[in-house]
Amino acid sequence: MNAPLIGARIQRKEDYRFLTGAGQYTDDVALPRQSHAAFLRSPHAHAKIRKVSIDQAKSAPGVLAVYTGADLAAAKVGGLPCGWLITDVNGQPMKEPPYPALAQGKVRHVGERVAVVVAETAAQARDAAELIDVDYEVLPAVTDGTKAKGGSALHEVAPDNTCYVWALGDKAAVDAAFSKAAHVTKLEFVNNRLVPNAIEPRAANASYSRAEDGYTLYVASQNPHVERLLMTAFVLGLPENKVRVVAPDVGGGFGSKIYLYPEDVVVTWASKQLNRPVKWTSDRSEAFLSDAHGRDHVTLAELALDKNGKFLAMRVRTNANLGAYLSTFASCIPTILYATLLAGQYTTPLIYCEVTAVFTNTTPVDAYRGAGRPEATYVVERLVETAARELKLDPVEIRRRNFIKTFPYQTPVALCYDTGNYEATLSAALDIANVGGFQKRKEESLKKGKLRGIGYACYIEACGIAPSNVAGSLGARAGLFEAGEIRVHPTGTVTVFTGSHSHGQGHETTFAQVVADRLGLPIEAVEIVHGDTSKILFGMGTYGSRSLAVGGTAIVKALDKIVAKGKKIAAHLMEAAEADIEYDRGVFKVAGTDKQKAFGEVAFAAYVPHNYPLDKLEPGLNENAFYDPTNFTFPAGTYVCEVEVDRDTGTTEIASFTAVDDFGKVINPMIVEGQVHGGLAQGIGQALTEGCRYDDSGQLLTGSLADYSIPRAADVPTFKIDTRETPCTHNPLGVKGCGEAGAIGAPAAVINAITDALGVNDLAMPATAQTVWRTLQKKAA
Amino acid sequence: MSVKVSMKVNGKPAAAEVEARTLLVTFIRENLRLTGTHVGCDTAQCGACTVLMNGRAIKSCSIVAMQAEGADIMTIEGVAKPDGTLHPMQQAFKENHGLQCGFCTPGMVMNALDFAKSHPNCTEKEVRESLEGNLCRCTGYHNIVKSIMAGARAMGGKI
Repeated sequence: MNAPLIGARIQRKEDYRFLTGAGQYTDDVALPRQSHAAFLRSPHAHAKIRKVSIDQAKSAPGVLAVYTGADLAAAKVGGLPCGWLITDVNGQPMKEPPYPALAQGKVRHVGERVAVVVAETAAQARDAAELIDVDYEVLPAVTDGTKAKGGSALHEVAPDNTCYVWALGDKAAVDAAFSKAAHVTKLEFVNNRLVPNAIEPRAANASYSRAEDGYTLYVASQNPHVERLLMTAFVLGLPENKVRVVAPDVGGGFGSKIYLYPEDVVVTWASKQLNRPVKWTSDRSEAFLSDAHGRDHVTLAELALDKNGKFLAMRVRTNANLGAYLSTFASCIPTILYATLLAGQYTTPLIYCEVTAVFTNTTPVDAYRGAGRPEATYVVERLVETAARELKLDPVEIRRRNFIKTFPYQTPVALCYDTGNYEATLSAALDIANVGGFQKRKEESLKKGKLRGIGYACYIEACGIAPSNVAGSLGARAGLFEAGEIRVHPTGTVTVFTGSHSHGQGHETTFAQVVADRLGLPIEAVEIVHGDTSKILFGMGTYGSRSLAVGGTAIVKALDKIVAKGKKIAAHLMEAAEADIEYDRGVFKVAGTDKQKAFGEVAFAAYVPHNYPLDKLEPGLNENAFYDPTNFTFPAGTYVCEVEVDRDTGTTEIASFTAVDDFGKVINPMIVEGQVHGGLAQGIGQALTEGCRYDDSGQLLTGSLADYSIPRAADVPTFKIDTRETPCTHNPLGVKGCGEAGAIGAPAAVINAITDALGVNDLAMPATAQTVWRTLQKKAA
Repeated sequence: MSVKVSMKVNGKPAAAEVEARTLLVTFIRENLRLTGTHVGCDTAQCGACTVLMNGRAIKSCSIVAMQAEGADIMTIEGVAKPDGTLHPMQQAFKENHGLQCGFCTPGMVMNALDFAKSHPNCTEKEVRESLEGNLCRCTGYHNIVKSIMAGARAMGGKI
């Protein structure tokens, strides 16, 4: 009998190739007759293009072709589509300006693609791109979302630079509750713009086969099927069956590799023009200019409370900066994935949220780890902590007074939480963080001249966005199911095909644990395949911490079909009634007898059907399933951060960070812990070090890793983490998702801790040493 | 201008005619097709391109191939034993879940090899400081630090 694999710390199957340099990332793919592309990008944030002169570039050494927006327009290459239609407060559709792959007559952000050079080598392509002469008429730029409305118009369809004004909740009821409240806490927040910075830069390598009249695109993507669908159906007008998209090993995504990008479209189109494979690999400077950014909200938030600290209502007004164009899922992030999370873990009965989404002369903004939920958590948890201080209540006590305690729970902002136990994660976090000893530690810090503070965040998130019909009614233009296939081979080994994509999450191990455990096979007998549209039946990919809850459930459904068919075959082999067959860890048994057939024997009979019910049953043992969830899953937890601030320098050190999460059932604790660590580091990065800045002319001031500071090893602590399990009620694995939690809960916990240390309520992210020092000086003055 | 460069890479002679401006990392990845050494930035910040040159960890994006003329280079492909057995540092990364997407991993391992040979009993603080030049976006460094401490002890001061 095999030891249970669910809940086991199995070392990862994928590690050997990564540790020996055998991983295959997109830039590692070199095709015969490979050519290389380089993009000429706009140096201006907003300008008319008077003329593009390409003759010199065309005659440069090694150059095969130079294309501009005019070439794509002549070839009827369409603009990039947006995957979610938001309807505004007046019932009108959001403004959807064209998003051409190469600029058409105008550029709208620094880094926008103006032309592409394809050459024999990457160096030749780059050299030649510098020879392109573009005559620009520079226009005034606007980069600050709150000033977009009066700024120079980016798009004809949106003269006031407004994409939509959208609202959720009963405004009149909320206003009435505020007018009667004993106390109102009011804060203005900036949720700082972030640059995702997966360490593997984006890359795309497309080839066209005349023999097949088809394309193959290798691309660093989190969802190859979605990439193919958007590119073929909406941009290139190609039959989907003629395009294969492969997302091989992908070096991190964090949202930034969900989207269809112009570079992917251009290299695919060019590969047929030239009948050569065309590869483009971003460098980091290009990544800063062209990978979708995250966050960038300015919010005015208010919480109404009664005299006992009970929450009566919340009112939130947010300006969301979408950048220059609508990236693939940009429109749903500050709406559907933001306002719906404003209840948090609390029974706040009335919530109203109004979002104004605007265009600016900046890189497009879309989902970045957490996507809307970190912004919502920041609003809720900063408000709650500040309210506790104002009412002189313990910040833990005010949370307990308002916790949701019975489930299912219908929030006033559309979501229905199926299950949870917020007290369990809170009390565990208080224990692990030794909150009781805080005062003593604070005094010790003070002796060293340091200010010590403690901050909390009790977050909720919604993962595995679903179901498709509800999302569709809210504007989604895609389904939100997942697909899986189980292929049992004649010898009893198994290949699993999943539409989820792993770019660091370890699916090859976690999914294999699920399958091996369910079938009672050794984990070595199970292979997970992902990331190739020619192998996998369909997939919606990996984002929103959905892979196990949605993709894993599709696999479980397919496994159930395998076992059901296996029982029919076993019944025939053992001359028993199908109803009497039981499946138990790798063996089909006739109940109440000692008759049994191993899984491998049944598989062999399915493929060598000499003794087989051919009149009733098809040969073979291969099943697939699609799964569309009935609800989101709702991971939740409590984070406790302790900081020490140096009064003289403003430097903040994270003295300790405790995270207790409820992800439902945990399949591989080692992998789950790793996901939490990474999320926490990104959340701490947002709070302390990361902030994307433009100057007023639209130049990116933080355009390299020397200027934009992602956390280094010495910036983050060793984390103290644990989990509590309340299984999800609506998927068979009881899982909820763990990929984004750290980035969602950490920023509020860190800023609550620093503001506690400083004795202030306002503090902008990132709380760099300079920001903290200035705050201290202002307070002292 | 093209130049001939020759060096030893993972114990084997390697030579090619390259443009003078060719970076060592480009020579390793494109000419030798050793694609385990990665490029994650263009400002020498991320360390994904770290290799050993004459036993010392260097960023192969920061020198041209010519500067490595006659040098002894080790890349991630040369770290495991010829029979495929992982080096103790690689094994420590595997056992401690010190990698997720794997992209920064080769640079992390190469840097750790150089560090560990002189720090067999390293502290957490020393390890975190040693990672000043290597960025990871997946792991939050927690398990990389654990891996390097375990790997250093297993190495006992020897690569």
